[in-house]
Amino acid sequence: MAVTELKEVVTAPPRGEIRTEEMEINMGPQHPSTHGVLRVIIKVDGEWIRAADPDLGYLHRSFEKLAELRTYPQGIFLTDRWDYLSAMNNNWVYCMAVEKLLGIQVPEKAEWIRVMISEFQRIASHLVFLGTYGLDMGALTPFFYCFREREKILDLFEELCGARLTYNYIRIGGVSRDIPKGWLDKAEELLDYLEKRFDELDDLLTHNKIFVARTVGIGVIPPEMAMDYGLTGPMIRGSGIPYDLRKVQPYSVYDQIEFDVVTHPGCDCWARVWVRSQEMRQSLKIIKQCIDKLRTMPQPDFDAPYDPSLHVMAKVPPKPKPKPNDVYVAIESPRGELGVYMVSDGSEKPYRMKIRGPAFVNLSVLPAIAPGHKVADLVAIVGNIDIVMGEVDR
Amino acid sequence: MSPEQIEKKLRERFGDAILATRVGLNGLEAKVEPQRLLEICQFLRDDPELDFNFLRCISAVDWLNDGEFEVVYHLFSFRQLHEMVIKVRVPRQMPRVPSVTSIWRTANWHEREAYDLMGIVFEGHPDLRRIFLPEDWVGHPLRKDYIHDIERFDDEYAEKIRRGEIR
Repeated sequence: MAVTELKEVVTAPPRGEIRTEEMEINMGPQHPSTHGVLRVIIKVDGEWIRAADPDLGYLHRSFEKLAELRTYPQGIFLTDRWDYLSAMNNNWVYCMAVEKLLGIQVPEKAEWIRVMISEFQRIASHLVFLGTYGLDMGALTPFFYCFREREKILDLFEELCGARLTYNYIRIGGVSRDIPKGWLDKAEELLDYLEKRFDELDDLLTHNKIFVARTVGIGVIPPEMAMDYGLTGPMIRGSGIPYDLRKVQPYSVYDQIEFDVVTHPGCDCWARVWVRSQEMRQSLKIIKQCIDKLRTMPQPDFDAPYDPSLHVMAKVPPKPKPKPNDVYVAIESPRGELGVYMVSDGSEKPYRMKIRGPAFVNLSVLPAIAPGHKVADLVAIVGNIDIVMGEVDR
Repeated sequence: MSPEQIEKKLRERFGDAILATRVGLNGLEAKVEPQRLLEICQFLRDDPELDFNFLRCISAVDWLNDGEFEVVYHLFSFRQLHEMVIKVRVPRQMPRVPSVTSIWRTANWHEREAYDLMGIVFEGHPDLRRIFLPEDWVGHPLRKDYIHDIERFDDEYAEKIRRGEIR
């Protein structure tokens, strides 16, 4: 065969037609990277994503309706189950809404305990994010390190309130019990330990060459788009906007605490990972200040039989009945702005309670940013939003 | 801007469309006419002094005794750091509210949720379908007259809702 003939054979289209139409496939609900039961219906053109449509509701438990059927204190235990990786924050925002409606002033010590616990929770939640996100990217090792560190925080929580995941610790008017003996020392030890471990994690994951290659330039959200879609938390701070409720609308005692709002102008997945890794260090700073402050406050007499809620609980009627009113309360949870809109009609049950879940709103940006990426990058984008399906579906 | 200043500005511009105002726990609360909601929201976002560029939350409330649904919009401004609340009331028989998706894109999923669980129809929404519940679900569970008792909710009851005898 002559060379020219051979060339013709090689460049000719293969026999039969190549199928080039777009294909619709499911990612999830059972997929390792969806962290729960999220189904994303994607349209692909070969390896390229043309459209992505999240399908929610697999974990819908209708907390809003359940809360309407219970009295205010009975609703607290439900809140643990919204975003089960930061249950303390859920407790807090619910109780804060009821306190606002009732006009209750929470004891100062309880406020400092709440801030300290909430920051510990933020670290624990970000550790799960980093670990599982590494797992999505094929880095198995950091996952074990992250969970080892998180375990220590959960041990502290267990000593504080007896539970490791669903705490029910923050109550309307304060917290359920005072800090046990020697707890602050243990917490302080843990801070020193964690600080070193965060550097290690940065080396292992955040600045890992392969990890950086998989996340830089992926899932770019320009600042205007982030605002338009109402993104909050690390998602918007990774686009360079310093929106942090702890600073812009300080609640509790955050106005007395020194810390920086971490932002990164990168707008991509890596920027958002970096923001979270730096936020954990800021949380350490906040916890340190809380511990110092708590040491100066009245301590319970551990030898005498004492009321565990002596200094940390305001006087609240067992069945509170707020006057007809409505309030929207929001706090900065690890995932962003966690809000509760509560309407009372003067009875002992909330007339309406609406949850504004940060992960729910953050996920709504997915159909806008996924097209144009490859399927493997979709895993990087979905994992990066840091969804907890318990709170997306509620 | 203080709630009073925002109120003055709104009243000057829209007059009758602002049905009532009060200062609540989240700053100014303005009850507005549903027909002019889009116009008012556009103004709230684009006016440089008001600059409400962030829609925090859309909630729907069923006021069964008044025979009305209420849709509540919580707004915030990144640059001015002030907040306000917009409330719209529509009759239960005709729960139609203009969609604000064209102004804040975050409204998309909030409105789908309100449609799914409360049955409020947002006119002009690009993709109004159920978000949490299955497509063939009957009724809207967050309504106050929705029967959530499993013993009473049988096929016959579902059929009645389908035929429009029960809302």
